[in-house]
Parts: sequence; structure tokens; C-alpha cells
Amino acid sequence: MADNPFTYAPAPESRAIVDIRPSYGLFIDGEFTDGGGKAFKTISPATEEVLAEIAEADQTDVDRAVAAARRAFEKVWGPMPGRERAKYLYRIARIIQERGRELAVMESIDNGKPIKETRDFDVPTVAAHFFYYAGWADKLEYGGFGSTPLGVAGQVIPWNFPLLMLSWKIAPALACGNTVVLKPAETTPLTALLFAEICQQADLPPGVVNIITGAGETGRALVSHPDVDKVAFTGSTEVGRAIAKAVAGSRKKVTLELGGKAANVVFDDAPLDQAVEGIVNGIFFNQGHVCCAGSRLLVQESVAEEVLDKLKTRMATLRIGDPLDKNTDIGAINSAEQLAKIRELSEIGEAEGAGRWSPPCELPDRGFWFPPTVFTGVSQAHRIAREEIFGPVLSVLTFRTPAEAVEKANNTPYGLSAGVWTEKGSRILWMASRLRAGVVWANTFNKFDPASPFGGYQESGYGREGGRHGLEAYLKGSAA
Amino acid sequence: MSRLDVRKTYKLYIGGEFPRSESGRSYVVNDAKGKFLANASLASRKDARDAVVAARKAYAGWSARTPYNRGQILYRVAEVLEGRRAQFVAELRASEGVSEAKANTFVDAAVDRLVWYAGWADKIAQVVGNANPVAGPFFNLSSPEPTGVVAVVAPKGPLLGLVSVVAPVIVTGNAVVVIASEAHPLVAITLGEVMATSDLPGGVVNVLTGSVAEIAPWLASHMDVNGLDLTGVTHPELATSLELAAAENLKRVVRPPAGTPDWLADPGVGRMTAFLETKTVWHPIGI
Amino acid sequence: MESFDDLTASDSSLRRFLHGLPGVDQVGAEARAAALGTRSIKTTAKEYALDLAIRMVDLTTLEGQDTAGKVRALATKAMHPDPTDPTCPSTAAVCVYPDLVATAKEVLGDSGVHVASVATAFPSGRAALDIKLADTRDAVEAGADEIDMVIDRGAFLSGHYLKVYDEIVAIREASARPNGQSAHLKVIFETGELQTYDNVRRASWLAMLAGAHFIKTSTGKVQPAATLPVTLVMLEAVRDFRATTGRMVGVKPAGGIRTAKDAIKYLVMVNEVAGPDWLDPDWFRFGASTLLNDLLMQRTKMRTGRYSGPDYFTLD
Repeated sequence: MADNPFTYAPAPESRAIVDIRPSYGLFIDGEFTDGGGKAFKTISPATEEVLAEIAEADQTDVDRAVAAARRAFEKVWGPMPGRERAKYLYRIARIIQERGRELAVMESIDNGKPIKETRDFDVPTVAAHFFYYAGWADKLEYGGFGSTPLGVAGQVIPWNFPLLMLSWKIAPALACGNTVVLKPAETTPLTALLFAEICQQADLPPGVVNIITGAGETGRALVSHPDVDKVAFTGSTEVGRAIAKAVAGSRKKVTLELGGKAANVVFDDAPLDQAVEGIVNGIFFNQGHVCCAGSRLLVQESVAEEVLDKLKTRMATLRIGDPLDKNTDIGAINSAEQLAKIRELSEIGEAEGAGRWSPPCELPDRGFWFPPTVFTGVSQAHRIAREEIFGPVLSVLTFRTPAEAVEKANNTPYGLSAGVWTEKGSRILWMASRLRAGVVWANTFNKFDPASPFGGYQESGYGREGGRHGLEAYLKGSAA
Repeated sequence: MSRLDVRKTYKLYIGGEFPRSESGRSYVVNDAKGKFLANASLASRKDARDAVVAARKAYAGWSARTPYNRGQILYRVAEVLEGRRAQFVAELRASEGVSEAKANTFVDAAVDRLVWYAGWADKIAQVVGNANPVAGPFFNLSSPEPTGVVAVVAPKGPLLGLVSVVAPVIVTGNAVVVIASEAHPLVAITLGEVMATSDLPGGVVNVLTGSVAEIAPWLASHMDVNGLDLTGVTHPELATSLELAAAENLKRVVRPPAGTPDWLADPGVGRMTAFLETKTVWHPIGI
Repeated sequence: MESFDDLTASDSSLRRFLHGLPGVDQVGAEARAAALGTRSIKTTAKEYALDLAIRMVDLTTLEGQDTAGKVRALATKAMHPDPTDPTCPSTAAVCVYPDLVATAKEVLGDSGVHVASVATAFPSGRAALDIKLADTRDAVEAGADEIDMVIDRGAFLSGHYLKVYDEIVAIREASARPNGQSAHLKVIFETGELQTYDNVRRASWLAMLAGAHFIKTSTGKVQPAATLPVTLVMLEAVRDFRATTGRMVGVKPAGGIRTAKDAIKYLVMVNEVAGPDWLDPDWFRFGASTLLNDLLMQRTKMRTGRYSGPDYFTLD
């Protein structure tokens, strides 16, 4: 767009609001302490700049954290009346709102996602999630799952929505009277550690929330800890499977929110401009690092060409670059490892004969970047149509009839989400009832709300987070 | 001269039919006093495989029926069971050696349980689903859907136990492959006869008899099975290994109960919700 | 595309075509417009946008109390929006009622600032066709460079698309000057009365098929007037129309755009939805009055580094 006279000047959000310390410890029993493992570094994926050194929790640290959570559960948080727990959660929600910009900037720096998203989506949704579950704390008996908490929850969250996933885990757990030990992803620990400070500011009793940092080994120690009553995990299906095995034979309650390969189905009578927005939002939101991303576009053959033309035109307006620039639409890929995986699958897509296209865009020299990419001429037999890429890569398939659309959409071991675009009401309901997915977005995509349950069918995991349904995972009243 | 009675051949119940085990095997089932009662089919892994295929085939139609219709059919099963109560009382007495009064209690309870679950067919969605008041111009509704094909290891209690684990799974639209109580398999096959004559489509319930240790692992590891109910598994190691196998495709697993279940107690909705998925549908509200 | 003659053969052929256009989902369209509104336009980009916005203003007065004096003052301001700054561009046009066209023309002369005139029984459009035509010819004869006509919303809403179409064609023909040239025709939909974005899209295509040079949101007399999402739908329509026919049509949101911040949001939308080709007063206009002073204040802020106040800008 060199000939465009309207070139947006840089509009960077100030970093001055965040104070990243050189090193961070573990947050156990209300205090920051050293970790027994080997400290690791967290970097900015946009620049590869080292941000801080992070403690690694070893088995002893996990034991300490679980013990602290157990004490807090038995002595303080479990016996506390719901209305008092509610007030702590409301207080946390308010502090998140007050420190919203700081959290947004911190998240963008550590994760690489655009400030536009952290500012307008992640952080407001986090506050809303705490606000929503705060209100449940003294109303549990009306929810249908009783009001007896499980005890200590061991929670492991991914790097794609670090603070948001933290809120999805901690808010319902605490509202139901459980205490938690949470492990953020090793590439994105900073906002969880800032959240630990928020717990201190809120005077949350020590041990109610414990944040331990580390990689897979730390997570394994946490979920297999014998004194953990509940395991909640969001992440890959591969790790989810390992967790399901780790808890086999125990009495631990488990919820897993795993991978996906969602179909976004566009019929020829769809509101096409909004469908194109839905496609873009479905796959390029958060660099495609979204488990429910609409990574398979199923478009009716009769409009395939028109939709693709519009899609490409639209993709050419996406702005890639500095996550802290307020006009950035697509930020950095979260890690070198993830970038390598996206590249590998994209190369496989090309080798399999799919047509690869990206708009012309300049990528920064340093950091981890991948342009928004679309593959055309993809069939269900292609690996890029079956495997979760977890990046800004869209596979385009076509269909002829509604039955074929459903068949292709459901032809996957996953079942997290699906999209359908048509102006015909009866067809929406027909499709929605046949798509095997936990969330169906009709004439919209990637919408989230604290009141709306989220979770998958089949290998996308089990259990629901959000809404009244989200209480079940943290209460005893629902066992068969 | 007394008349020689005609003995019944107990086979499997798969896809609405009563085949012998493809393996040609059977095992001896004795009564409570150790006296020969009958030979039961000793199902093989291939029978389990066939049962899953039958269940998958039946699932599409069964789950697509209206809840009202499923409720009517479950109620019909109860009716037919009630009509054959004398036979079940006799079979329970023979297989378990219980008193007539006790056998009557179990049959009554089994009929009543079917009626209870039949009524749930068109109510469970109203109890466990809900409208979600999201902060935006969207219609947002969560409703339950069946998980798919569920493998069930039935507990002891050849009639009431079996009914108590099968009815909640199928009433919501799932299809079932159930391994009958190993020690008391005969009543399960007779119950299959009830189902086969109650408008329940073939394949919605498939009954295998034989060795849990032999068949259950094949069902637990089967990638086209979506759920696994281990209620009848009594060996902890076996239960753990089945749960491990089930993790491969992330089956929904109901673990064995901590103590001995009281099947006469109010069952609650947990056995239905264990094999229900929550689907949430969003749609914009606009003009 | 098939011949337009086939489409415009009857009400029903037009209806089939217009109702065959892809629908507009209200929530999605509004979300897209809001998202574009979060673009942050700073420094050099803002300087460019402010000047461009000034050049796109149709400085408007459409009041019963309008007088020659008022129009002369407005025309003077259009030529020199900021008399203290010779680098400040003039506006695209002044927009007045037909009886004041001559007055405006007299002041503007060959300054390059156009005279736009509303016509066709503005704002309701409730008059017989021959009166609308006379209204138009009047304005053209008085020197109007641009005619802002209103469509017959009653006909549109009752499905008499052909009537609306024919009327636009007739007004376009009435806009011709004896020298063979023609006043540019802007077609006002009064989107606040059409209610739905589906209707806005249909009206856009109807007007473009009938030969409109510009499609315009509103008269300014009905609320809501111009909004970002309505303009979004119209920008999509002109983009798609060019892709189909090769012909470019301009867009003019009018009414309710009062701040520079709002104007920049519109320009971002023009840039990202229709494309940079539309970033030109020939293809995009703002129908506004108070907007101009805010653009000037912001412009001065950019130039001087301090916030300005209303006392430093002319009130006309």
C-alpha cells in the first residue's frame, strides 16, 4: 500500500505503566518465595528481548503450594460464608479494572498479542469473569450443583490468553469455596504474577491463590499431586490426554479444555461482508492462537470465488507488527517453538498441493512473525485440514449441500466450536443441531462471555467453563 | 409322566438381534446354589466391535428422535417389563436366590425407574440447559446433547442395577453397549427381549455377556466409543487400566462408585448428565 | 453482470435483484464499524486526515431561516475556513436550498468550491414528479454544480422500486445543462427512515444502477442521520459496484458528524473498506456544518501544539 496517502503513523501505547522486575519468585501462601528449580527467562516474542527471570517450581515447591492451599481451604476459605468470598472476588474484579491498562500492556509485551486485543478484549473480559462468579459465591444452592467445594484445585493454563485463562480457572474455583494452585505457561508468566500482587492488594487470605511457575514438569507434579482434589487444564489435546491418564484411578475431578479444528461454514445466502469479518476474526484473532479458531473455512461452491476475493481484499488491510501499536491487528507468534510448528505445517500444506497466499506485508526483523495465510484447494485429506496449526493459517474447503457441510464439519476428532453463516433461520437451527461442537456461533464468531458456557465435545475435552454450567467443575453435587 | 421343559438359549443382543457370540463360545451360569442354570454366550472382542458398530448406526436415528418419542418408548419398555414381571421375578429368584418378596421389590423398582427416566426425556434439557444473559446483542442458549456411543459395565443386581445404568444413558439419546453382570447375565438378555419388543430401535441398547476383564478393555480403547461407565467394575486395577485406555480419545468416564450403591435410592440426574454435552449457540439479535 | 435493462424492467425484476443482494447482519456490521473506530490516527496521519476532511466538507445550511446574508457568510467561510492560515484548504462545496444557489454561486465564482443544492421537495420528497423536476432544473439553472436529491421513501418501503429508480433517472436527466455537461447527482436515502441495513444496501444499488454519482445517507432532518455502520454498508456497496461494473460512485454521510475525531473514523473506514481511491473529495464528502470548526481547532492544535478555543474560529 505504498501508494496510499493515508499511512497510519505509529501509535504506540506507553510501556511506562508497567514495572517489570528483573526476577520473579513463586507466589505461595501469600508471599513471593524462591523456587527450587532452575530459573528460566521470559522474553518478548516481538523483540526477543529478555523481560525477566522466572523461578521454576520443583516438587518441593509444588508440595508447599498444595499444602498452603489445603490449609487455606480448611481454615479460612472453605468455612468462609459465600457472601464474604463474593466480596473478595468483587474486590479483585475492581482492582483488575483499575489496573487494566497495566495488565493489558504487560500481557502484550509478554505474549506478543496486540494491545488492541488485550485492552479491548482480554482484560475487560477478565474483570467481567471475576465479577460474574463473585455473584455466584453466595447463590450456589440455586445453581443446581449444591454448594460443597471440592478442596484444592490444581490448574494449568496456556499461553494464548494468559490472564483470561487464569480468570476462567480461578474465579469459579474461588466462588465455589475451593483454593487453587495455578501454573501459568512458561512463556507467559508475567500477568499471573501481577495477578498475585493483585491478590495481595485485595488482602486475599494467604494460600487461597498460589501461583507457581515452571514448564511441563511443574505442571505434571501439580496435576498428579495426591492432595489435589480437582484438576483443570486448558491446552493441547496431547497434554490433556496425558492428564486424563495421570488422574486415572484417582478420585480427582477433571475438566479439560483442549484443541480444536473448527469449521466455519459459509452458505451462499450468508451476509457475506459480515461472514468475511467472521472468517478474519475466526482465524486471525490473537494470531490464530485460539483453540476455537475457525481454522477450516467451509464455503459453498457457488460463492467460493466471491468470498475468497473479499477475504483477500480484507486480509490486505490487516496490520502486522509491534503489539504495542494501537493499530496492530496481528502481533507476534508467541514463541520460536510455535513459529516453527506453524511453518512446518504450512510447508506441508504447500507440499500437499494446496494454494498458499498471504497479502504483501513486511515482517519485523527480530521476533517471531508469521503473515496471515490462506490455503485454497484444501480437502479433508490434507493435514492442514486435520491438524491444529494454532496460528494465522486458514484452510479453505468447499461444499455443495448442507448435508455435505455438516459431514465435513464433523469429520474431525475435535469438537470445540463451529460457525455457520446463512440468513435462513431454519437452516441455522438445522445446522446448529447437527454440528458436533460445544459452541456454535451462528452469523458471528469468536464471541465469549462470562455467562456463556464454553467447552468441547470429543477430543476437545470435557467440562464447561463459564456460566452456571461452569460451577459444576468446582462443586461436589454433580457426581453420578 | 412329567413333561420335559423347554430350556431357553441365552444369546447376545446386538443391533436388535439375538446372535450367538461370533466366537462360538459360551460359559456356564449357575444359580445361587451352584446348580446349572444355563449357558450364556461368552462375548468376544469382535462381538464388542460389532456392538459398537450397531450402536453407532442406531445413534443417529435415536438421538434425532423427539424427546417425547424417546420418553414414550422408555415408558413402553416399562409397560412390557411390567407385563412380564412374573418371568423376571422367577429369573431373579433363580439367579440370585432372593426371596419372592425381594425379587418383587427389584422388579417393581426396575419398572418404576424406567417410568421415572421415561419422564425425564423431555425435561432434562429444561433442567440442565439455560439461556445465558451475555453482555451484548446476542441470543445465547445452552442445551444438552447426547455424548454418542457409551460403553457401560453393568453392576451386580441383574435387573435393577442394569436398568439403573442403561436407562439414564439412552433416554437422552445416547446408544449403549452394556456388559451385563458377569455372574448374573441371563436377566440382561431377557431384558433385551423386552426392549426388542418395545419399539426401541435395534442397536440403541446392545447387551454383551461374558468376561468384563476380557471385553471391557476393547470397549475402553475403542476410538468410536465416546463414553465409559465403569460402575460395575469391581477391581480397582482393572478400573484404572480402563480409564487409562479411555483417555486415548478422551472418553467421558464414570468411575466405579466408592461404596456399594443403593439402587433403590433416588438416582438423581447425575447419570444422565455424565453423558450429556452442553452445546451453546450464539446468534446476533438485529433487524 | 447481466444487462441492467433486464434488472430494471419491472418492480418484480428489481425486487428480485435487490433482494438477492447479500444481507447485512446488523450486529456484525456495527461491530466492524466500531472496530474501525478504534484506529489511532496520530501525527502525520492526523495532519493528512484533518486537511482531507476539510476538503471533503459540504458546508451546509438548510434552514427555513436561511437568508442571502447567511449563505454569503457561509460561502466565504467555505473558501477560507481559517482566514489566519493561508495553507488551510477550502471545503468541497456549500450546500443550500435551490433559491439560494445563485447567491452562493455569486460569492464562490470560480474559487473551485462547488455549489450543491438540495432539490426534489427536500427533505420529505413528497411532491409530484414534475414539481421535483422543476425544483431540480431551477437549481441547475441557477448554477448548482451538484444536486442532492431525496428518494421517495414511501415508494421504496412499499416495494415500488421501479418508481424510485425512474425518478432518479429523471432527476439525473433534469440535471443536464445546455452545454451537455451535467450537475453531479447525489442521491439521499434518508437512512433513518429506511431503518434496516438491508434497505440501505438495496437503496445503494438502486441508486447506483440509476446513475447516481454519489449516494448520501441523510437529509439531516431525521434522526438517526449519518452513522458509521450505515456509511460502512454504503462504502461496501460502492466498492462492490465498482468491482462489478468498473464505475466508481461517491459516498456522502450527512448529519450528526460534529467532531474531527468522528470525521477521522469515517476516513479510516473509507480507507479500509472502499479503499484509498475514495480518499478524495471527488468520491467522499461530509455533509456538515459544525464539523468544520472542530476540524480547524484540531488542525490548529496540531500546528501550534496547544489546544485552541471556539473564540478563535468564525461562527457562520
